[in-house]
Amino acid sequence: MTKHDLIIRIAGEGGEGIISAGDMITQACARAGLDVYTFKTFPAEIKGGYAMYQVRASSQRLFNQGDSFDALCAFNGEAYDLNHARVKPGTVLVYDSPGDFEPDLPEGVVAYPIPMTVTAKEMKSPRAKNMVALGALSQLFAIPDAALREVIHSKFKRKGEAVVEANLTAFERGRALAAALPKTDPWTVETPAEKRDVIVLSGNHAIGLGALIAGLDFFSAYPITPATEIAQYVARHLPKRAGTLIQAEDEIASISQVVGASYAGKKAMTATSGPGLSLMGEMLGMAFMSETPCVVVDVQRGGPSTGLPTKHEQSDLFLAIHGSHGDAGRIVLAVESVHDCIGMTVRAFNLAEKYQCPVLLLSDGSLAFSTQTVPTPDPAAFELIDRKRWDGEGDYKRYALTDDGISPMADPGTHGATHIATGLEHNELGLPNYTSANHEAMQAKRFNKLKGVVADFPATEVDGDGEADLGIIAWGSTIGVVREAIARLRDQGFRVKGLYPKLLRPLPAEQFEAFGATCQRLLLPEVNFQGQLAHFVRAETRLRPESYTVCGGLPLTPDMIVTKAKEMLP
Amino acid sequence: MNAPLTHLHKVALQSKDYKDNVNPFWCPGCGHHGVLTSLLRALSEVGVDPNYLANVSGIGCSSRLPYFVKSYKMHTLHGRAGPVATGLQLARPDLAVVVTGGDGDGFSIGGGHMPHLARKNVNVTYVLMDNHVYGLTKCQASPTSRREMKTVTTPYGGVEEPLDPVLYMLTYGASYVAQSYAANAKLTTRLIKEGMEHKGFAFINVLSHCPTFNEAEDAKHFKAASDEVAPEHDVTDLDAAMHVVNMANRAGRIPTGLLYKAERPTLDESMAALVEQVGGQRDYDLRKIIDLSRP
Repeated sequence: MTKHDLIIRIAGEGGEGIISAGDMITQACARAGLDVYTFKTFPAEIKGGYAMYQVRASSQRLFNQGDSFDALCAFNGEAYDLNHARVKPGTVLVYDSPGDFEPDLPEGVVAYPIPMTVTAKEMKSPRAKNMVALGALSQLFAIPDAALREVIHSKFKRKGEAVVEANLTAFERGRALAAALPKTDPWTVETPAEKRDVIVLSGNHAIGLGALIAGLDFFSAYPITPATEIAQYVARHLPKRAGTLIQAEDEIASISQVVGASYAGKKAMTATSGPGLSLMGEMLGMAFMSETPCVVVDVQRGGPSTGLPTKHEQSDLFLAIHGSHGDAGRIVLAVESVHDCIGMTVRAFNLAEKYQCPVLLLSDGSLAFSTQTVPTPDPAAFELIDRKRWDGEGDYKRYALTDDGISPMADPGTHGATHIATGLEHNELGLPNYTSANHEAMQAKRFNKLKGVVADFPATEVDGDGEADLGIIAWGSTIGVVREAIARLRDQGFRVKGLYPKLLRPLPAEQFEAFGATCQRLLLPEVNFQGQLAHFVRAETRLRPESYTVCGGLPLTPDMIVTKAKEMLP
Repeated sequence: MNAPLTHLHKVALQSKDYKDNVNPFWCPGCGHHGVLTSLLRALSEVGVDPNYLANVSGIGCSSRLPYFVKSYKMHTLHGRAGPVATGLQLARPDLAVVVTGGDGDGFSIGGGHMPHLARKNVNVTYVLMDNHVYGLTKCQASPTSRREMKTVTTPYGGVEEPLDPVLYMLTYGASYVAQSYAANAKLTTRLIKEGMEHKGFAFINVLSHCPTFNEAEDAKHFKAASDEVAPEHDVTDLDAAMHVVNMANRAGRIPTGLLYKAERPTLDESMAALVEQVGGQRDYDLRKIIDLSRP
């Protein structure tokens, strides 16, 4: 297989400019027309600790962060030690020398010692260490240097020309230091033929953008890792659209404010992570009962409890699907990539408005912070749906029993339509009614209306045709990993197919079963301990997928999927 | 005295016109009947259009009140009336928003929201019907139950001190704090009316007698134990308000009337100012925001 991509990992101590150096490579590659998929880890604490930024760049489309790195740039001994196991023959090490360590290099690893700290000190600018490293990396791996200079300029221009010059000088010193070493590894970034019309953003920001496109009016925020950047983005831009963002006192208040704003006729959302979603359960039940549209984003992190706040996991599916008392329904969606975050957020609003119920949109820790190139969206190209409103004919019944179960809403201020939204079981007028016949009719109404969701949603994507020896079902950001794994397996002659559901409740059971009928065996890889989607698929369909779970706080890799698949393939 | 009511849609209706066609389910002799009557009268005196009135409640006997008032209304979850009303009011600042609820709802399960309604100056009127007991669940101690009170969860008498709602709301920074008792319809009506006309968060604690589970504190008791604040009390002086409440508490008395009132921007006004500051417009071109993410 020809290698079209290059993966560079920069690792060191938080505060050494690891993240900003990685960001500059990302921006420069995107400017030059490359596809970029980044992956970051950082400590849950504010100061110090190990930080890592990995950039995967390619002239072809990327779906995941890759298996491992081709080149490691280690700022210190700890960074080297933590990545030592992945420094294998064929990889390259760029490291600070003289520094606090000397690598014990395995055979077949090419190493380039660069005096990063010493050079920065010579320049009387210790903080320029990352710029020296950046220069060296750009020289060694042909990272578009003209684009990098532009990025450095635009990043520092607000701090003045002197700061720009100092950083550029450090960058050039790094390039010169690397140029003096003989290049003995084969890795370079493939130069793209043409530039693309792209934006670069993180999953969290893309969800914020999607919400703005969807016509968001009201956002209630409560800070929580790894979801906070959604609120941060919306706080900055929603006032420009004359919308309201408020920070609530807790997640219970957030979802309550969202329900209040939605009753008032506005498109409203909140974003949180697992611990916050746990607190929202009761009000999500009320939103279902009172048929109030709302969108809740859950950026999943490692759990249970406080868990691993900055780490990746897909472990809130049970909570998202079932997390409320008393037989409550909802719609649950999961995003695959940063690009997907935009359109799926719009879809979440459309479904909430149309079906007058809570819609949960699941993202995860790796997508939250991963910056990726995304084709520049055209806001006018999205179809937007508004809730059905009362036409003023006859007597208004908020919970009128209709053929499709959807009852027109009436915003406060509508004459002749005063009514109550309540969490009590109620009749068509909204008045309390606890009779058996009424409760059964109303539960049927609220659930039956959701039967339209599957037909309304794009058919679940099937990767591949015909019969397969193995079918792999994936959800969330694991989809991108499976896409690449399947491509590799096919290249090796295996008969494999993929199923990539993004609507998880109601689960498109018939589509799952049709897929299952074409596969000899089924594999369902996911990043949680219990195999949550596998469990739900077994409950909702006749399929019995084999669960493959990891929960090490990191995403799965294509290599892991390929290895697992081969165990199951004939 | 009256703040401008430009944001309210005004009509001329009698108090009975604000009564919805659901009859109160409260026990005969319950103080809440009186609070409802006072509220309906206040709505009529303010002249708010029921189509532009939103009444939000949580859970409890008193939280059933919205069913009896002609308005847009939400009967939400235990303790959550405050934040639901906050979202509703911010989304539609043209509405008059009234929260009605009880002492357990407001100061126990919903107690975490109270400081934030007050300090943010959310433009809602909060009428708390304080009967010192959980009624709907049949006689448990509430955060305002007197220590010696026997309930089903305190069969030998309580072990906790009660809190004083008005003292808390003064401390939390509420911009309008008043107290009355249910049987005093005249005062209760006036305080609710002025609370609705007040620009900002208005908190009115109405001591309401529960003839079923708290017989000791009946209508006569609240009347006998209450002292209306002196006419010379300076309602703009927070220290004076806290002094009045503290002195009354020490003497085992209940201070009634308007205790404190301050003028400051409401949360929705501050939000509107922020939108104006950034030149916000509903049709602001999203492409300008998208362009900020170009590499």
